[in-house]
Amino acid sequence: MKKYAYFPGCSLEKMALSYHNSTVKTMDKLGVELIELDDWNCCGATAYFHVDELLAHTLCARNLAIAEKEKLDLVAPCSGCYKNMYFARAHLKNDPDLAEHINYALEEDNLQFTGSSEVRHLIEIFANDVGIAEIKTKVTHPLEDLRVAPYYGCQILRPKKAKEDVEQPRFFEDILSAIGAIPVEFPLRLSCCGGALIITSRQSALSMVRNLLQSAIDSGANVIATACPLCQVNLECYQKQVNQEFGTELSIPVMYFTQLIGLAFGISPKSLGVGSELVSTRHLVSYAEK
Amino acid sequence: MIPKPSFSEEIASLLYSSHANPIKTCIQCGTCSGSCPVARFMDHSPRRIIAMINAGLKDRVLNSNTYWYCASCYYCTVRCPRGIDIAELMYGLKRYSIWKNQYKDGLVGPVFSETFVKTILGSGRSYEPVLATSYLFTFGVQKFLQEAQTATNLMLKGRLPVLPPRIKRLENFKRMINRIIPLRGGS
Repeated sequence: MKKYAYFPGCSLEKMALSYHNSTVKTMDKLGVELIELDDWNCCGATAYFHVDELLAHTLCARNLAIAEKEKLDLVAPCSGCYKNMYFARAHLKNDPDLAEHINYALEEDNLQFTGSSEVRHLIEIFANDVGIAEIKTKVTHPLEDLRVAPYYGCQILRPKKAKEDVEQPRFFEDILSAIGAIPVEFPLRLSCCGGALIITSRQSALSMVRNLLQSAIDSGANVIATACPLCQVNLECYQKQVNQEFGTELSIPVMYFTQLIGLAFGISPKSLGVGSELVSTRHLVSYAEK
Repeated sequence: MIPKPSFSEEIASLLYSSHANPIKTCIQCGTCSGSCPVARFMDHSPRRIIAMINAGLKDRVLNSNTYWYCASCYYCTVRCPRGIDIAELMYGLKRYSIWKNQYKDGLVGPVFSETFVKTILGSGRSYEPVLATSYLFTFGVQKFLQEAQTATNLMLKGRLPVLPPRIKRLENFKRMINRIIPLRGGS
């Protein structure tokens, strides 16, 4: 049985609770055990790295050291958490002085970083560790005719981590095909949602969200699928502001890929957090009920 | 006497992530600006800001909104033909401008980042309602009401936390932070 240290991250505690619930339910169905990381702390998001890099790496290192104690690889469902901890580990491994300095601080919580636990994004666990073939075997309610825009966003792919294709990835489309849905050609699938600019530079972020929504709608999608809580919030919760700002009438539901997988597995919509969206997803549930 | 490092050299060697960032090798091809989703909102595009850094135009660089408008999408970084980590360069500029306490007036970014850091230092986790205080003051009445409406809707859907979260071993956490940067009352 596959087993991982699970790092939900701050967003999944409340704002993206549906991502958390659908992750737990679908992983359970696939026989993957997720052990929530004991007493995890914030990864530093982008803001912490703006102020002090050493402290930001220390925050990440504490989480990594807790995962190491459990002798498990760490999996993060948020692209930002994933990127931060992935690169914190890489920097600490490449720089013994940095690791020594941070280990001195970690002593205060009886922890030590060695680099033995790897950092993974949740969608990789589905696509690679579990695998497309295995996902298919659990599908009882294929989402036939549901047209989905696979939204990769930025930090799952960028900066480049290993050998993966950062310009022409296919794994999100493969997952959607596996659950019977139709992945549409979504030209802006790798473009940025604006991230924290939705707070610090509203105008530019709204314009980025607008372009993404328009692109998804033009591609004929019924729903946008995301693998990051910040992307979900920017794309879904600011549609009103976008329409007001640009005089548009854009509207499209935005769901977590795990919710779609859960529907295809026949898991009850409510337990996947379906219904907690601001843009209604009720009509989408019927695709799993055919 | 050893000459003082140039602005370009200072920025190139800021801490770990941008260690030896080869910004002097920039050929001004503009791939970064062409890939940047925020370039048209910036005072100077990424390509231009690199040229300005290499030209030593420190004050004009620090007083631009460019690096605070970077969304950290890393398109520039993966595409730069010279291997410059441009997004990390933007992070470097943010930290540099916070150290120097020199940045363009009216930006939300620096205030937001500092509020965020204080929240994490106090509880170990992030808490949206506190963060909102760092930017709502910049909104006019209409935008404020719109924001309040969205927040209310999210609250009704159970998506906003009422109480701030905090980690269990907070005392250890704070002592850990103190070993990196000694703060008041640290052990």
